[in-house]
Parts: sequence; structure tokens; C-alpha cells
Amino acid sequence: MNLSLFVIIPLLTVLLILFSKSIRQTRLIAAIGMSVQLVLSAILVVLYVSLRKHGNADQFVFVKDIEWFKSLNFNFTMGVDGISVALIGLTSIVIFAGVFASWKMEDLHREFFISLLVLAGGVFGFFITIDMFSMFVFYELAVIPMYILIGIWGTGKKEYSAMKLTLMLMGGSALIIVGILGLYFHSGVSGGPLTMNLMNLSKVHFPVEVQMFLFPFLFIGFGVLGALFPLHTWSPDGHASAPTAVSMLHAGVLMKLGSYGVFRIAIYLLPEAARQMGPFFMVLATIGIVYGAFGAIMQKDLKYINAYSSVSHCGLILFGLLMMNKTAMDGAILQMISHGIMTALFFALIGMIYGRTHTRLINEMGGLLKVMPFLGAAYVIAGLASLGLPGFSGFVAEMLVFFGSFQHADLFHRILTILAASSIVITAVYILRVIGIFLLGPVKNEHHLLLTDATWWERLSAGTLILFITIIGFYPYFLTNDLIGNSLEPILQKILMFN
Amino acid sequence: MSFQFTILIPLIPLISFLIIGFLYSKMSNKLAGIWGSVSIFSSFLLSLFTAYRYFFEVGRVNGVYPKILGFDFEWLRFSDSLSAHLGTLIDPISVMMLVVVTTVSLMVHIYSIGYMKGDRGFNRFFAFLSLFSFSMLGLVLSTNIFEIYIFWELVGVSSYLLIGFYYEKNSAVAASKKAFIVTRFADLFFLIGILILSFYTKTFDFISLTDPSNIAVMQTGSITFMGLSVTTWALLLIFIGGAGKSAMFPLHIWLPDAMEGPSPVSALIHAATMVVAGVFLVARLFPIYALGSDQALQVIGYVGAFTSLFAAVIAMTQMDFKRVLAFSTISQIGYMMVGLGVSGYGNEAGLGYMASMFHLFTHAMFKALLFLCAGSVIHVVHTNFINEMGGLRKHMKITHITFLIATLAIAGFPGFSGFFSKDEIITAAYHNNKIIFYTELLVAGITAFYMFRLYFRVFWNQEASYEHKPHEVEKTMTIPLIILAFLSIAVGYIPFGNFISSDSMPLESHINWGVASASIIVSFTGIIIAWVLYKKPSNLPERIVSSIKVLYTWAYHKFYIDEVYLFVTKKIIFNLISRPIAWFDRHVVDGAMNGIAWTTSWVSESIKGLQSGQLQKYALAFVSSTIILSALLIYILLNV
Amino acid sequence: MGKPIRITLKQANDMMGGLALQDFLVVSTSMFFIGIFGFLTRRNLITILMSVELILNSVNINFVAFNYFLHPEAMHGIFFAIFVIAVAAAEAAVAIAIIINIYRRFKSINIENVSEMKY
Repeated sequence: MNLSLFVIIPLLTVLLILFSKSIRQTRLIAAIGMSVQLVLSAILVVLYVSLRKHGNADQFVFVKDIEWFKSLNFNFTMGVDGISVALIGLTSIVIFAGVFASWKMEDLHREFFISLLVLAGGVFGFFITIDMFSMFVFYELAVIPMYILIGIWGTGKKEYSAMKLTLMLMGGSALIIVGILGLYFHSGVSGGPLTMNLMNLSKVHFPVEVQMFLFPFLFIGFGVLGALFPLHTWSPDGHASAPTAVSMLHAGVLMKLGSYGVFRIAIYLLPEAARQMGPFFMVLATIGIVYGAFGAIMQKDLKYINAYSSVSHCGLILFGLLMMNKTAMDGAILQMISHGIMTALFFALIGMIYGRTHTRLINEMGGLLKVMPFLGAAYVIAGLASLGLPGFSGFVAEMLVFFGSFQHADLFHRILTILAASSIVITAVYILRVIGIFLLGPVKNEHHLLLTDATWWERLSAGTLILFITIIGFYPYFLTNDLIGNSLEPILQKILMFN
Repeated sequence: MSFQFTILIPLIPLISFLIIGFLYSKMSNKLAGIWGSVSIFSSFLLSLFTAYRYFFEVGRVNGVYPKILGFDFEWLRFSDSLSAHLGTLIDPISVMMLVVVTTVSLMVHIYSIGYMKGDRGFNRFFAFLSLFSFSMLGLVLSTNIFEIYIFWELVGVSSYLLIGFYYEKNSAVAASKKAFIVTRFADLFFLIGILILSFYTKTFDFISLTDPSNIAVMQTGSITFMGLSVTTWALLLIFIGGAGKSAMFPLHIWLPDAMEGPSPVSALIHAATMVVAGVFLVARLFPIYALGSDQALQVIGYVGAFTSLFAAVIAMTQMDFKRVLAFSTISQIGYMMVGLGVSGYGNEAGLGYMASMFHLFTHAMFKALLFLCAGSVIHVVHTNFINEMGGLRKHMKITHITFLIATLAIAGFPGFSGFFSKDEIITAAYHNNKIIFYTELLVAGITAFYMFRLYFRVFWNQEASYEHKPHEVEKTMTIPLIILAFLSIAVGYIPFGNFISSDSMPLESHINWGVASASIIVSFTGIIIAWVLYKKPSNLPERIVSSIKVLYTWAYHKFYIDEVYLFVTKKIIFNLISRPIAWFDRHVVDGAMNGIAWTTSWVSESIKGLQSGQLQKYALAFVSSTIILSALLIYILLNV
Repeated sequence: MGKPIRITLKQANDMMGGLALQDFLVVSTSMFFIGIFGFLTRRNLITILMSVELILNSVNINFVAFNYFLHPEAMHGIFFAIFVIAVAAAEAAVAIAIIINIYRRFKSINIENVSEMKY
């Protein structure tokens, strides 16, 4: 399978949208393009699994290498393993739902969808490449449209948020490029040519001092996007100001770029440093988990609540990754997917509710479940998924992370695990609080009695997302074992080789 | 003999839930009600069939009832040595629980068709009931501790949804939230307990966990933490989880509030099935408790005893019909915990275990009946407060008789089911721990008193003025009452020890007439006091109350436990942790980021003056720099 | 007017008789710094332009002088001087055009008033 299709299709869609004449055409093109993308991801999953069934044991499959800068030995290398396949699937689901969630984006619709799809293209590109240089290029490609999308179509203090978000992420990129170049220039230590290719880099054993020097750059650089405490503050403002589809894509997928980078570059290539500096970052991640959850309790704006909840959940991803064993990493990657879908669902619903009530302050709403049963019920489902109810994907991911981290038998890890686990209670508190205030109880504002329930495209958008969190929740074995678990093996081998 | 079909027992309600849920608005109420009832009826039949096949066709193998995996598949693999399975485990207690859950659930389904008639949320109600039945049946059939945790959470959420069924009422919303969060808090400990247990035993599986030979291995190999062995820690933590679900002190606060839900829900979830999940959990792991950790078992005994007394005292003072029953439930579950706490493993020592399960069984029947009667009464008189009721025996004959039967059963009147089971718990306590024995004896008296207070106050006493004349409820509601009333008497005569005992060996239980007569005397005393005080209107109760004013006020306000919790959550967690964190995030963390941005623009602001736009200033800078640089260059060149 | 005066190279050398290279350099350096001074201190654009011309001409003197004293056989210095004169003429034309435009816009050719491009 030609992986570059995943970038080409969004770009083709963008080209077609350039010629569209009305919003009807624009959204139709976007919807078709992203449906094709969704189908393509499904095909990719099937092909990938069948390839593995037939005994293909390469770390990356569908590898394709295109020369780029010959003198520097920069190539555009594509390739996927189960983890990237899973994340590509996630991206297609979220962007598919995102297009339907922005069905009514009337003003500057062409520009909006173009930026959105460029963003999606960047994300897809990031997941299909396995050389750091192209990854970085796509990473930047994904971050830049964010600025435009929030700055133009956002709400509230959008300029401030857009600026803050972009600047903080750019700061992260600055650290990343230092790290990447550091890796690149040390990649020749064992005699080979300098390389950006992950497969080649993984064979290089970097000296420990180099690792210790580069690891913080890479971890913090990607950590900014992965909402590492205390560098998460772009997230509440950014999410709150962004238009619906952008929040969905951003919290759902873009934040996963950060954790994916942490996993794929920082921890994978620098395992000894990860082992040695792990406890420090683990503490930060744990703080993020508990802190995000507590921070969410007192928020009044639906999007802020969700943004803090994302900080908490993304903290769990980093927490799991840093545990450096199969169970926890499996859980962390599942959590990426689970949180991606779940939070996209949340933001989609919030956008839909906001479109009707024109307020996101929970105190100004009440009893909305009665007025809009579908949206209300979907929000309750999202809430229950978020607090880790069995039957939804979040539960599986959390359990894997906790059981994985508990395998470390020392008191330090134990205490962190228990603290992290305590977030399930705090999560329940803020989720139920918010549901209780704005969905249940008597209707507070009689204007809200006239509001209508979800339209077909909104049902489609939310329904798709709910479907996937339930499928993963009911039958996680396929994802945790066939896709993620097996692909973790070579990575763990390398990580554990040096310990 | 295959038990594969047992997977259908929970699956049928699940399918029913999905169908009602998806066809929510398209289904007529009648169809939804019948659909739900039929599906639970099929589960009920399957459960009876399972029980028959298990106890009579399979029977004892080598003298014990075998533990059979009816169905099993790998659901999630944690590591190569640890994986979570889903499946069904058939053993005496799970079969017993199947019968209990499906029976009560079936009764409640039928009852609800009448009770919920005309309600806007009729279909939703049946969907949630099906969801609950699925979760509860899954819980009792769990093969391993992880599976039980999954269903544990699911019953929690079904309970949340059903307590908050009337979601337009703020009190219902608050109650549902409270129930979920308190149990969730307990579940955190449960989870940690599972983490510890699975880490040291490398298994989730009940069969290997409770195998006596494995327990010994675990004991010798385990390390200690803060003076207690790891096993004890794990078991205590798991017990906290159980205590949360089973409303043991001090995690009982959610159960009285949970009465905001519709009465059938209270009967099903908050009396007969879900709240005994904690007892079931301890019973499931009983061999580990009994053989692995005496301390944990003692804690269970004392917590149970204290809770039963505490709740019984509060129950004497409450005026809300359902709250009295709720506290009575807490108290009775306390009994069951006591039964487990005073039990040993095997033979005669295992009497408490058997008694506890027996009490669970009988209690499910008569307490469900009590709640359903309460539902009928409330349905008719539209109030929850017993001081607004009275004289109902003339208007609601069936309800009156069935309620009387249930009351006699719970009061331990000889010949009724509660007498047998409660008596055995007290006997077991007598042999094991005298403090607990006397406490439980006292509680038996208090129970008889507050139940008959309720009975006389509602069905006798002075006739209150009602808006509508009370009338007997319709057939769909009375039939379940009659069936349950029959069961409340009959189940006491089951030779329970033949089926369920701690080590699956037959246990012949005899009534210890010394203990029994003591408890009978105590119960009668309670009944007589209630009769004197409440059968006819009198001012005697008020006089007594005013003489123990302080004590009464404390008990009436449930010893202010709720207020303590409210203080902890509102004042400490919300105001002292969450609000400062929100502030800290906005002002310190975010402030730091904004500070960096501000510094950057400040630096830029202060050096921008150099770009004055005055050509000559630039030129001066250029010239002087040239001169300085040339001088420097010359100086360096000369000195080289 | 009488007949043009013809002088030979020899006569010219004689005319320069007492002058050494240093003398030319002194003159050109003084001219250069006078130009710099004028450039930096004058506020009138025309005067500034004239100062620039002074600087350029001081360079021309240097070119010619060095050419004459160091490489009498070559002509590079002289060509350069001519080149500079040509460029200076062009430059003056452009500069005056700019100055006229500035005058039209600001009604002044005081350089302190022209600072639109700052920051």
C-alpha cells in the first residue's frame, strides 16, 4: 500500500475545494475526501493485520524511501507499524467527525476547510513517516494552520489564544529541532553515515552523556504538545477559543503528536536517559494527572473543563510511556486513541450545544437533557467514557497503565500509581458535577425550551465517535494486542537491551 | 456437563437494553415493559435451570460442589503472565445469587409495569433496569476479580442512572451524584487492592486465588508494609471497595439519599442485589480472608457490627418511609458482614459464612417486598412521610398483609425466613465474639421495634386525611407482592447448609435454642414497645423523645456524618484544593508563560528606540564603529 | 584668449616639484573628515549631499595621488576617479530627485523631520 496516499488525498481535497463555489460544495467535497480517507485507513488496518498474519516481522511495513537532500542524507521515508496504523485510524475518525461537526461553518468556508485539511494532512504525514526530518516538517505543517484557524474562526479572546498556542508550540519545536539535530550529528558514532532515519537511528547506541543531554530537549519539546505539566497552559485557552472542529482535531489528534513523538523519538532512541531521567518526568506527569483533574472541578466554561480534563488524561499517557514496560506503554498508546476519540466527542458536543444556547457557561444552562435528549445523552456517554467506565475505551487504557505501572515494585512507583489512580475519583467528581449542573435538573432558562435536538450531520458526527469508543471498550483485544502490543515488542527489546 | 449457556443469562438483559435503547422513541411503553420483563423472565428460567442442573444433576464431586467455568475467553492481556478473562463461574454462591437477582429483578420488572405507567421516562426506565440486570448478573457470574471490577463499575453506573431517574428534580440529581462518587471513592481502594493482589499472586482468577494451597504460598512469600502483611493490605483495600457498595460505615451516606430513585429501583438495587455486592465480594474471596488474614476478617466483623447498630439507631428516628427501610438495609447488610467476620473456614467454624449467605438470600426477598410495598403506599398516598400516613390497612389489604409478612420476617419472628438466617448469624457470633454477639442481639430488638413502628404508624394508628381516597394498587403490582411474601416465608425452610458452606462440604445447622430464645425475647420486646407506642395515636413517643432530646436529634440527623462529608468535599476539596489549583494555574503557571511573553515584548519595546529613523544617528554609529574597529584592528596587527 | 598652454610630462613633474604623497593625503583626509563632519551635523539635505560629494572627491584625490606616486606607469587610479565622478553625478541626480520629493511631501528638507521609517 502506498502510504503517501494519506497525504495526497487531503491535498487533493484541498485543491478541489479551491474551485468550489458554495458551502454546499465545499463541505460535500470535504466530506467525500475524508470518507475516502476513513475507508483508506480501514483498508490499511486490514492490510496491515493480514501482512502480520502472514508472518511479516519487520518493524515497519510498507516502507518507501524517497531521496530528498542527497548531500545531507535526508530522505523522505514512509513506513508504519501497528502503533502508527492505530493513530492513523484515530486521525481519520476524528477528522471525519470534525468535517460533519463543522457542517454549518458559513463564513469563509473554503478557507476554513482548506486550513482544516492542511492540518489533517500534516498529522497524517507525521504518522506515516519514519524519518525525523520529514516528521518535523509535517509537525510544523500541522501546527501552523492552527494559528489561522483559531485566529480567524475562533471565539472569545481568539487572537491571544492563537498567539499563545502557536508560540508555545513553536517553542517546543525549537527544542525538538535541537534534539533532532543532536541525534543526527551523533548518528555516525558507529561509523555509518549521518542519518535521520528512525530504523537506522535505533541501531545506533548513543553515548550516555549525549542521551542525557538530548533527552530533555526532545521530551520537553514534544511534551509541550503532549500537555506536560507545567507547559500545558496553551491548552485551556487554545481549546476554549478554537472552533469546534479545530478543538476536536487539536485535542483529539494534535496532542497525540506530542506523546507519539515522546514515545517514538525520545524514549525509543534514548532509552538510558529515559530510564535515568524518567522519575523526574514521571513526577511531572503525575502532577499533571491530579492537577488537571482538580483544576477541572472549579471551571465554569464547558471547554475549559474539557481542556483541563485533557491535561489530566494526557498526563496519563506520558505517565504510562515513562513506565517503560509493555503493559503500561500499551495502555498509554491505547489512551492516546481513546482520549482522542473521547475528547473529540466532547468538543463536538460542546460545539453543538454552544451553537444552540450561545453560552458555554454551565451556570447559565440547566436541564438541557430534557430539551435535547440526543445531545444530552451523548454528553453523558462521553462523560461516562471519560471517567473510565467499563465498556468504553478509557477504562481499558487506564487499567493497562495502572497495572503496568504497578509492576514496578518500589515505593516511589507505587505512590505515583496510587496518586494517578486517584484521578478516577476526581474525574468522576467533575464530570458528574458538570452533567448535574447543565444537563440535569430543571430548565433554568426558558429560552432554552425552544431549542432543537441534533440534526442528522450532528448525529452522524457524534454517533461515529461513540461507536468507536464503545467498540474499543467492548473488544480491546484486537487493538491492544494485534496492533499495539505486537508493535511494541521490537521497541521494548531495544529499550530493555540497555538496562 | 456444559454450562456454556450461562453466558446467556447476563446477555439477554444486555440485548434487551440495547433494543430498548435504540428503539427508544419508536417503542410503545407497553411493548418496552413486556419486552424487558420477558427477557428477564428468560434469564430467570435459565437461572433456575442452572441451579437445578448444578445442584442436582452435577451435584457433589468428591463431596464438594465443584467450581465450573461455564464460559471463558481472554478479553485483555496485561502481560504474558497476567490477563483478564471474561466468562461465567458456576459455584454455589454464584448460582444462589443468580436465583436471587433474577427473581427479584423479575418481580420488580412486573411491578414496574404498573408502577411506572404513564411516566414520560417509561422506556428509559426499562432500558436502565435491563442494563442493571445485565451488570448485576455479570457481577455474580464473574470468573475473576478483574471481571468483577468491571461489572462493579457497571452496576454503579446503572445505579447512578436509576437514582437520578427523575433528573429534573435537583435532589435526585444530587443523590445520584453522591451515590456514584462515594462508591467510586471506595472503588479506588478496591482497584488498589486488586493491583496488589494481582501483583503478588500473578492471577485474577477466583479459582486459583481461593485455592487453599495457593493462599499458603502467598502468605509465606509475601512481604509486610507498615506492620501488616501484603495480603492483609490487599484484603482490607478490597473490603473498602465492598464496604462502599454495601454502604458500610462510614461509606453508608449514599444509600439513604439513593431513595430518591423510583421505589422499584430501591427494591431491586438498593435493597436486594447491588448493595449486597460487597458481601458477595467478601464471600467470593472468603478462603483468602479466612486463611490469609485474621486481621482483615476481624475488621469486617467489627465494621459490620458497628454499622448494624448505628444504622438501626438512626432508623428508629427517621420519618421518611423509604429512609427507614434504607437504614434498615444498611443494618441488615451489617449483619451479613458480621456473619462473614465471625466465620472461620470449613466445617462448623464456617457457620457464619453459611448464615451470612442465607441472610443475604432471605433478606433479598423480604427487603424487596418491603420496598415494593413502600412503593405501593407512596404511589397511592403521594407522600414519603409516615406522619402523613395511617390507617391504610383498610384501604390496601394485600399491601397490608404482605407488608406485615415482610416485617415479621425482618423482625425475626419465629417461623419466618428472617428468623432462621438471623438466628444463625447470632449463633455464629455467640461462638466467636461475645461483644459482637451482644451488639447483634440488641440490634435484633431495635430492628423489630423500628419495623413495627413503621408498620403500626402506616397501617394502623389514626387515619390521616388524604387528597384522594387510598385504594389497592393494580394487579401487576400486587402479584409480585404476593409472590415475594410467599417467598419471604418459604425460603427460610431451605436446608441452606446443604448447598452453601465455606468449603462446599455439607453443613448441618441446628437451631441453638439458647441463643434463639434470647433473640426471640428481644424481638418480642421490640414489637411490643412499638405496639404500645404506635398502634394507637398517643403522645407517648413525643414524651420519650423530649426526654432524650440530644440523643434523638443526633440520631435524627444521622449523627451528622453527611455534614462531615459535605464539609470535606465543599470546604476542603473544592475550596482548599480545587479553587487554589485553578487560581494557581491561571495566575502562576499561565502567568509565567504570559510573563515570558511580556518580558520579550518589554525588551523589544526598550531597545526599539535605537531605530530612530534619524539617518545621521545611524551614520554616526556607523562611522564611530568603523573607527573603533579599525583602531582595534590596527592595534591587534601591530601587536602580533 | 591666447593659445592653449602645452606642457610636457617633464614640465608637469617639475611643477609638482616640492609636493610629496603625504601632502595629497593630508588634503584628502581633511576633506574626508570635513565631509563626514558635515554629513553628521548638517540638518539640510542639500548640505548633506554636498558633504557626501566632499567625501567622494577626497577619495578621488587619493586615487589619483596613489596612482601617480606608486604606479606612474598605470592608469587604474585615474580611471577609478573618473568612474567615481560618474557615479557621483548619477547619485546626485537621484538624491536631488529624492530631496525634491521629500520637499514636496514635508515642505521642508530638514532631515530631522523625515523619520517616517523608524521602528
